[in-house]
Amino acid sequence: MSNADARAVEIVNVSKSFGSAVAAHAVSLSINRGEFITFLGPSGCGKTTLLNMIAGFETQDSGEIRIEGKDVSSMPPYQRDTGMVFQTYALFPHMNVHDNVAFGLQMRKVSRKEIDSRVAKALAMVKLQGLESRRARQLSGGQQQRVALARAIVIRPKVLLLDEPLSALDRSLRTQMQVELKEVHRKTGLTTIFVTHDQGEALSLSDRIVVMNKGEIQQVSKPLDLYRHPANGFVASFVGEINALPSAQCVVSGGKVTFSFGDNVTLEGKLRHDQPLKTGDKVNLFVRPEHIGMANGADGNGPRLKGRIATHIYQGTHTVTRVRVPVLGLLELRVEGGEIIERKPVGSDIDLAVRLDEAVIIRG
Amino acid sequence: MKMDWRALLFWTLISALLVYMTLPAFVVIMASFNPGEVLSFPPKGFSVRWYIKAVTYPDFQIAFRNGIIVAAFASTLALVLGAAVALLVARYKFQGRGLLEAILSAPLIVPHFTTGFGFLLLGAHLDINQTYLIIIIAHVVLVLPFVTRAIHVSLQNVDPNLERAAANLGASPLKSLLRVTVPLMLPGLAGGWLMAAILSLTEFSASLYVTASRTQTLPVAMYNYIREYTDPTIAAISALLIVATTLIMIVANHFLGLRKILAIEPR
Repeated sequence: MSNADARAVEIVNVSKSFGSAVAAHAVSLSINRGEFITFLGPSGCGKTTLLNMIAGFETQDSGEIRIEGKDVSSMPPYQRDTGMVFQTYALFPHMNVHDNVAFGLQMRKVSRKEIDSRVAKALAMVKLQGLESRRARQLSGGQQQRVALARAIVIRPKVLLLDEPLSALDRSLRTQMQVELKEVHRKTGLTTIFVTHDQGEALSLSDRIVVMNKGEIQQVSKPLDLYRHPANGFVASFVGEINALPSAQCVVSGGKVTFSFGDNVTLEGKLRHDQPLKTGDKVNLFVRPEHIGMANGADGNGPRLKGRIATHIYQGTHTVTRVRVPVLGLLELRVEGGEIIERKPVGSDIDLAVRLDEAVIIRG
Repeated sequence: MKMDWRALLFWTLISALLVYMTLPAFVVIMASFNPGEVLSFPPKGFSVRWYIKAVTYPDFQIAFRNGIIVAAFASTLALVLGAAVALLVARYKFQGRGLLEAILSAPLIVPHFTTGFGFLLLGAHLDINQTYLIIIIAHVVLVLPFVTRAIHVSLQNVDPNLERAAANLGASPLKSLLRVTVPLMLPGLAGGWLMAAILSLTEFSASLYVTASRTQTLPVAMYNYIREYTDPTIAAISALLIVATTLIMIVANHFLGLRKILAIEPR
């Protein structure tokens, strides 16, 4: 039974442990048809286990998994109609590229003619046309990657599963493959689940991101929302670079809030409407490096911090500068160009302007 | 060319070892060309009459046929059993796994004549002692450890993710076995079969017990011959056996790579 309203994948209250190690704890998630969703988290967070449970290689201890409305918990992998791209590619070494890609179609008893035509289209989509008769060992890592992808998409699966497929590739190839992967998703419209520990990759590819840690979902959001409004300290630190400031006491009066870190180090700014803070609240502030800069007269009397330059890391388009600030420790700021290196060499004092309106404030 | 004294010593030892190991074969082959009727070394001439006698001797002809039949059945049976066990042990964790492995290795420790004698008693009990069956059973037991080992090694070189990939693409466990696992195990399977065949063709101690005069294999027939006659026929048939097994090994190495099959080197 599958109906047009059914979500592509529904994970309902799924738990799984390996002995004493909890891989998933009461995980619930709905994945929409055609969306590109990423499971993001550090090693051991449970993202690959979740993927394997959807594919059927692992069975959950409790809870349900539904694919297009149908409960697949008792179905073995070969009946679930999912397509998986493994981290190690897992191409069949005794078959050439054509037969590798054709395998899934042969299992579905598709006619020879149709197989050949669909294989050709799939290879063209991953830009490997003409390489049908090659063996896996004759291909580069990137090419093997594409064959694995073609093999999974040619069967038009209900869900496309990608298990850290780009982690074995070098930087430039990786970026290129990300672009092509997005293209393939756009052209095929397949529901895609992508697993990675690389938050940059997740931000660039996904329609939504599921951040996981220790078997639990931390947050499910669109990339922009995830970056701007992390739900907790873990997500704030994991996604993008951020400065985690020590905890502060709030003093609220006259539409303004003052954060006190102790020892007379404070930051003062306007009280935001979406932030119901009261005097006496204890909060943790997180500030992105691009929201701290050199103070100049132009920005008026915004929140300021005094510190001393510890390091400059020049990156061409921008510079990452580390500044030691009393009580707050080492703060990282990201400034355009390389001027700051000349104007404020290592060891010099600096006034920092902090964009408090962009800061992430989490009660704690 | 200066040679390090250590290298010289090494090569001398290796050569001595090789000579020691191949000397009996060398002597036998040379003695087989002796024209005279007495087994002697070094040969006093050159003649192939004993080869003609060996090949036309009825007892040897029958024994050769018996050997081929027994080897063919025993090897195939051992292959199927060994493959089943190897797959079981490699892919599933179950209780008693270690025990199974120990039982399978047992024939390696027990002397062949003990195994042979045991099967003789068993065969008498089941009244199959005049048949090929008892010989085949005994050979399967003796050969199984080697076959299982060879297949186990070749199986370890098959990435388990490949089976997962096949299942993910829609292959039932049977299809996955036939289309992916077995084709990749083929060198191991072929090598295992060949090794089993050679071991069976040349097996003597156990066969002495379980063969009857009608069903005796070649090594047993040769033993019986030399108890009565001492002419170079025996040398000729021995030489033929040596050459045959050597050729099989050379062919196997060329097409399959003996290093992998004999588990000397993982791929």
